[in-house]
Amino acid sequence: MTATTPNSYFWRGIRDSLPFVFVAGPFGLLFGVLAVEAGLNLLETMTFTMTVFAGAAQFTALQLMQENTPTLIVLASALAVNLRVAMYSASLTPYLGAAPLWQRTLAAYFTVDQSYALSIVRFELEPEMTIAQRMAYFAGTVGLIAPLWYLATLAGAMMGAQIPESWALDFALPIAFLAMIAPMLRTPAHVIAALVSIVTAILAAGVPYNLGLLIAGFAGMMAGAQAELALERKARTR
Amino acid sequence: MTETVQAFDQATLWTVIAGLAIGSFALRFVFIGLVGNRAMPTWLLRHLRYTAVAILPALVTPLVIWPAATGGEPDAARMAAAGMTLAVGLLTRNVVAAIFSGAVTLFGLLYLLG
Repeated sequence: MTATTPNSYFWRGIRDSLPFVFVAGPFGLLFGVLAVEAGLNLLETMTFTMTVFAGAAQFTALQLMQENTPTLIVLASALAVNLRVAMYSASLTPYLGAAPLWQRTLAAYFTVDQSYALSIVRFELEPEMTIAQRMAYFAGTVGLIAPLWYLATLAGAMMGAQIPESWALDFALPIAFLAMIAPMLRTPAHVIAALVSIVTAILAAGVPYNLGLLIAGFAGMMAGAQAELALERKARTR
Repeated sequence: MTETVQAFDQATLWTVIAGLAIGSFALRFVFIGLVGNRAMPTWLLRHLRYTAVAILPALVTPLVIWPAATGGEPDAARMAAAGMTLAVGLLTRNVVAAIFSGAVTLFGLLYLLG
């Protein structure tokens, strides 16, 4: 008889996370390179990546700081980009909420796109998992990816300024984000949210302090929520 | 090695790092750590569902249309690369395939047009 110990769930998490190696590796490398190009030294870059541990928010902050955006707006915008992890946290709570506080504190730090996406699917598929097994699986999903992200950032920061301009690294960030957004457009409401956000971002491009980002983001969120309500109403009346 | 011109000072940088570190952790901890198993308002969850697809496009759109590398002039290679990335991402739902297609389009066009 095979016993499904927490230990085996940890390794299962590691195995399931393997495809994300090809996302976290290049993404971390890119952050390291861009951070050094923006003028950060090795210590600053690594402190940034290890304390914040949120790729998209880190890139946003870096981009806005280079455009001389006021600090408060840099913070608000980068945290707005990271609002989705609050949703992940909310969504994981019914599954992990009963774990000891120190485990939940660690889990909070490690809540990122990859760990959330893998864990929520596994937890829904296997409702009989114990809390310990769930935590072990969650730990597995970041057991390889998190160290890889740190090391890739370090490698990128060390290569840094040696990368020639002809590599067009300026455009690596838009490409990486677009590639992340596309698979998220699962429902008409998600598509509407993205379209409203794009149109608003173009219209609000002239707004000072890069506030257009926050305005377009919130417009998109409200559009998505309203579209979801409208679609639900339509489905009910049909 | 050329000296990079830093657009911001040390105080700004460390304020941003500290603020983001605390803020990001707070966002992740608020529900799993504090809310526990209590229910959350549906209107809030409904908005939170769309944060990623609303805020990331708002960030990317100006970078695609007015790239800093060309001094803010719209650039055919970058626009085509963005379109290709999005199209492949939508069709394959594969992040790596989308990034690869976008990069190939960008380098191909920069080489041909450059």
